[in-house]
Amino acid sequence: MSFNWLSWLPLEYRPLCAVLVSLCASGLIYVLGEHVHRNLREGITLSAAVIKIILVYSLIPAALAGNEVKLELFRIVKGVSFALSVDPAGMVFACVAATLWLLTSVYSIGYMRGHGEENQTGYFAAFAMCLSAATGLCFAANLLTFFIFFEVLTVATYPLVVHYRDDEAVASGRKYLAYTLISGQIFFAAIVIVYAVSGTMDFKPGGFLTADMLPMPWALIVFFMMVGAGIVKAGVMPLHSWLPAAMVAPTPVSALLHAVAVVKAGAFCTLRVVLYVFGPELAKDCGGAQLLAWMAVFTIIVSSFIAMRKTNLKARLAFSTVGQLSYIVLGICILTPFSTAGALYHIVAHAFMKITLFMAAGAIFVTTHKKDITEMVGLGRRMPVTMGAFAAASIGIAGFPFFAGFVSKANIIFGAVEAGQPLFVATLIASALLALAYLMPVVLIAFKKEVDNPDFREFGEANPRMLVPLVLAAVLSAVLGIAPNLGLHLFDLSLMAGNSIFDPLM
Amino acid sequence: MIESNLPVLIILSPLCAALICMLLTAIHRELGRAVVVLAVLVSLVMSVMQLRLVIDGGPIHYAIGNYAVPYGIELVIDSLNALIIVMISLIGFLTVLSAGNFSDRRPLVHGAANTILALLITGLLGMASTGDVFNLYVFLEITSLSAYCLIALGGSRGVVSAYRYLLVGTIAATLYLIGVALLYGATGTLNMGDMAEILDKGDHDNVMLLASCFLIPAFGIKMALFPFHGWQPSAYTHAEPGTRPLISGVMGKLPALAMFRYFYCIFGTDFVYVKYMMAVLGVFSVIGMLYGSIMAMWQSDIRKMLAYSSVAQISYISLGFAVGTPVALAGAFLHMLGHAFMKGGLFFCTGAVRFKYGTADLNDFGRLYKKMPLTGGLLTLAALSMIGIPPTAGFFSKWYLALGAAGQHEWIYIAVLVISSLLNAAYFFKLIEKLFIQKSSGIRERWSSRELELPVTLLVPIVVCFIAILGIGLCNAWIVDVLMMSLEGVGL
Repeated sequence: MSFNWLSWLPLEYRPLCAVLVSLCASGLIYVLGEHVHRNLREGITLSAAVIKIILVYSLIPAALAGNEVKLELFRIVKGVSFALSVDPAGMVFACVAATLWLLTSVYSIGYMRGHGEENQTGYFAAFAMCLSAATGLCFAANLLTFFIFFEVLTVATYPLVVHYRDDEAVASGRKYLAYTLISGQIFFAAIVIVYAVSGTMDFKPGGFLTADMLPMPWALIVFFMMVGAGIVKAGVMPLHSWLPAAMVAPTPVSALLHAVAVVKAGAFCTLRVVLYVFGPELAKDCGGAQLLAWMAVFTIIVSSFIAMRKTNLKARLAFSTVGQLSYIVLGICILTPFSTAGALYHIVAHAFMKITLFMAAGAIFVTTHKKDITEMVGLGRRMPVTMGAFAAASIGIAGFPFFAGFVSKANIIFGAVEAGQPLFVATLIASALLALAYLMPVVLIAFKKEVDNPDFREFGEANPRMLVPLVLAAVLSAVLGIAPNLGLHLFDLSLMAGNSIFDPLM
Repeated sequence: MIESNLPVLIILSPLCAALICMLLTAIHRELGRAVVVLAVLVSLVMSVMQLRLVIDGGPIHYAIGNYAVPYGIELVIDSLNALIIVMISLIGFLTVLSAGNFSDRRPLVHGAANTILALLITGLLGMASTGDVFNLYVFLEITSLSAYCLIALGGSRGVVSAYRYLLVGTIAATLYLIGVALLYGATGTLNMGDMAEILDKGDHDNVMLLASCFLIPAFGIKMALFPFHGWQPSAYTHAEPGTRPLISGVMGKLPALAMFRYFYCIFGTDFVYVKYMMAVLGVFSVIGMLYGSIMAMWQSDIRKMLAYSSVAQISYISLGFAVGTPVALAGAFLHMLGHAFMKGGLFFCTGAVRFKYGTADLNDFGRLYKKMPLTGGLLTLAALSMIGIPPTAGFFSKWYLALGAAGQHEWIYIAVLVISSLLNAAYFFKLIEKLFIQKSSGIRERWSSRELELPVTLLVPIVVCFIAILGIGLCNAWIVDVLMMSLEGVGL
């Protein structure tokens, strides 16, 4: 792709514009939303999403070439500036967020209208705000800028979680806030300590903290104070329970929470803290990486067993997310170039696959009003495309070859082998089987041959506004498995990020 | 001519308005108020000019009536109080502007309220400007007396609260006078700069120790610092509704400034016991932060909730003093500025709700954002700023405070800042939940208009506070630079 026609906008301003375009969209939707026709309101979302995609994609060549693209806007506090820069790791996440915003927006319109939801203005405004914050996270060049976007994301997600405004939603909202605000404030205290001991905030591949800045017990304490915020959002056990509770929100929100912005922001936060603040050496020496890796292993196994026992489809998918996000955390904590690249690529792979699953669950709910897996007998006959996409994404989650999930998991396993950690390898393989065990029953029930469920006679396929994005997401997760570099070079970027961290000479 | 006399003109302008206000009210009901509004606006413009002068040319020393300095009264404007004077006159202006919506029907009371409000602003501006310890007492009393009156104007419960405040406030004033007398006995001067020099030269540690024992409770009472805050919640709650933003947002900050002047400018670091004094202050602040927030959680009257939250928030400022490094002091002053707009803004909002719906009960705030989007917006932003969510003002003052504490290895202070933020979150998200989620209760509009949610005079303060909270947050580095011009070299 060529973006020469965009040359009037200097490269270093494009990350800022990508952040601002969703921010402005959010403001416009909030102010105008109730006064203009809903098509115009949704037009704002869609055009902002398209502009954002163009801006983010246009940065890929620079990121691939390893060029320094950095904008220092103003001093955010004395001694630290508000800085945005483009690096391979951030680029990967930004591409995912921008691409999926467009898909979820189209889907949201179909879902929200199909379901006759209230408060759509607030919904679309908060959604755009979340994406603005997520993009800011990707491009933030230092810890403080990162933290600002991190907290904005926390707050902007809250209205989405409490969207239905009933007692259940309020309870989930409180739970969500309790988890994220507490971990966020502890993160804040840790940032202050890091700045006080190191005098710098800039992310550096390989980390900027050294063992003499933070002597031993402190290094581990500060490590967990910082990583805590990331793993709460990423739902690593035992800090995961807000995530299934947040399932009360509308399905596109769940898709956003689980696939695009929030949990991925948590995983990305973990990546930044472990590899760009502490660095592999200190993370290993203080013992934090190993501890975190074992937490991830525990989560991967336990969440799979919990997922099997859930009959509510969304709850099952939620626990699947808990497990899959721990793959990313585990990949980060193995501390090898391949595992890091695999972890980053799993952000991409899981995003496309999980969003397919959630979109399918939502499409089923809007069309048939069924939530429980046991009620879906014979559904596959009526909604073959939806369930087909669901089946494809399930196989992908399990890590079958020719799906995106395979690429990322294979790399994490390479990394684990390289690091000499056979138990991690065994975990990853076992979890693939477990994923099949909890996702395939859904597909099998839906396509059960002998039963012709009378409940579904009157229903057909889902609304095209939901069907198109979900098929597209499924196709993309397959395509990214066959050609991981297609178009956006996301796999190369992941590898670059991995190499830059572990090879300071590069 | 004007430029060289700015420090005194800023104080004189509202004072003159106060003197003629009653007379003009007798001619026409709104004339007196108009003059007060105009006078405070003039002060605001001049205080901005003064801030620019101080930034460009350094501190201003102004001798009133040209009397030679250690004997006459001196006004000293450095970058710290220049900023605070801008803050006072801005919130003062917004308060007098909006107070007209809550005015009493009786013309005499209406005129008196405006007169006293102008006097309160005079007292606050004077306290901020003066460089003389006895003159500080005079302005402190002008402030306090006008505050007693304004609180008493808030109805029968206001009278009781005002009486309580009067009793405690008089004790504070007496304690302050004793402290001044002790220092005067030892140094023979009342001028702050002069006193600092004399205290530096001799061995006056015991006098300073004794004086601090009187000064800390004196200022503690006036700023409503834990454990001297007893009068504050009911006073803030029942004060005359139009004046609450000024009383709750600004009034507590000036004694804090005076406390800073004593401990860091007059006593200075050569006072051997200053560390212990600051440790005591630190203990008060830590307990105050936790106590204020926990009490605020149980209140169902929003005004009372905000009043208890002030007990916690003023402790942030004293915590900065307790840490005492330039960074922490900058954080304390940034919090002074930021909190004035947050708390002022919250009281503007509750005033607006009261004006429109005649209620201050939290349970009546259900889905208020639909009926009053701007008010709801400011309530939300100010609440987030109180919690300390970036990029609002509250986050950045917390940042500097925590950074200062980390520099001194005061880990407990950082932990308390974190806990306090979370406690704030607990009750401010209760407010946000009410605003956006709870079903609206059957409150009826008392005032309605097709175009605007509120009269312009109530909307302007709300919009200005909104901008100020974000602006102080985003421009904090610039403000801290200005503060640092005076704080460099000060501190432990």
